[in-house]
Amino acid sequence: MTQNVYLYLIVAAVTLYVIRALPMTLIRKDIKSPFIRSFLYYVPYVTLAVMTFPAILSATGSRISAWAGFAAALLIAYVDGNLFRVAIGACLVVYAAEFYI
Amino acid sequence: MSAEEQRGNGFWYKKGLRDGIPIAMGYFAVAFTLGITAKNIGMTPVQAAVSSMLLHASAGQYAAMTVIASGTGYLEMVMTTLIVNLRYLLMSCALSQKAGPEMKMGHRMAVSHYITDEIFGIASAVEGKLNPFYNYGAASVAGPGWTAGTFLGALLGTALPDRIGRSLGVALYGMFMAIIIPPAKKSRIIFGIVAASMLASYLFSVLPVAKEISEGFKIIILTVVIAGFAAWKFPVHEKAETEEEGGEQ
Repeated sequence: MTQNVYLYLIVAAVTLYVIRALPMTLIRKDIKSPFIRSFLYYVPYVTLAVMTFPAILSATGSRISAWAGFAAALLIAYVDGNLFRVAIGACLVVYAAEFYI
Repeated sequence: MSAEEQRGNGFWYKKGLRDGIPIAMGYFAVAFTLGITAKNIGMTPVQAAVSSMLLHASAGQYAAMTVIASGTGYLEMVMTTLIVNLRYLLMSCALSQKAGPEMKMGHRMAVSHYITDEIFGIASAVEGKLNPFYNYGAASVAGPGWTAGTFLGALLGTALPDRIGRSLGVALYGMFMAIIIPPAKKSRIIFGIVAASMLASYLFSVLPVAKEISEGFKIIILTVVIAGFAAWKFPVHEKAETEEEGGEQ
């Protein structure tokens, strides 16, 4: 197996690169269709929301600390919105919450 | 063109570095578990680190390790990688528009290499068109975080001290929320999209049949359906789009 590992990794890397690079390199002009433009504009909001919830609830040691982290992230994102502060704030709240569990 | 957009490459690189820090922290913590898995299937720490340098895709790397462990062949590797990572195709489509026609081919190829969920997230959130140096900045801190975490996980075979590891794991989700919540505050449409997406994602994780669908496909299905519905019902107007406000009425 050890002999083939790098070859396997290169195959995976090339495949992954093709997936990542094809649209980015082929679609170089601004798309004219209002529907597709709107669709692509909304894509990040849906993907990120789908990836966040409910996955965040199982990201920590317990449901309680996870909910605390989720609530903290929601609150800081709403009030402040700074990327760094939201991420660190959520971590700190989870860290603190885990002391009580 | 906004004021931020007109700044130079150095400005964007530094901004990318800064926004990449929470990503690097989250990656570092999450990658430990990946490294442990690599160790368990017999990969060396160096091989594990190389896989993180080349692939930087967490579900994609687990899948790749499964193929390596079973030794089922290169075609199997291609197919598995395609299926597990298909969502990047969608993200790359969205980024192609965020990049704008001015972005040169070389930059497009370089940016493509480091499209991950997180870097796609922050790149989508910048005001106006994307400067590739923003991605380079973010990737140059996030990448080492990911690789170092994988290497140490494979070397030590243990996770970070429990509480620290678990709290750092939440950084990536916090970051996602920092991207989607502020626009949701400004636009009722985006608020609706975010809420519907979270609800649908939750339902997909509990309903019979739906919960059997892999995470990668769940993301694709829900994105096509929800973003498609939103685009049909609430087409974005040019002006609103550049102001990052969605189709506010």
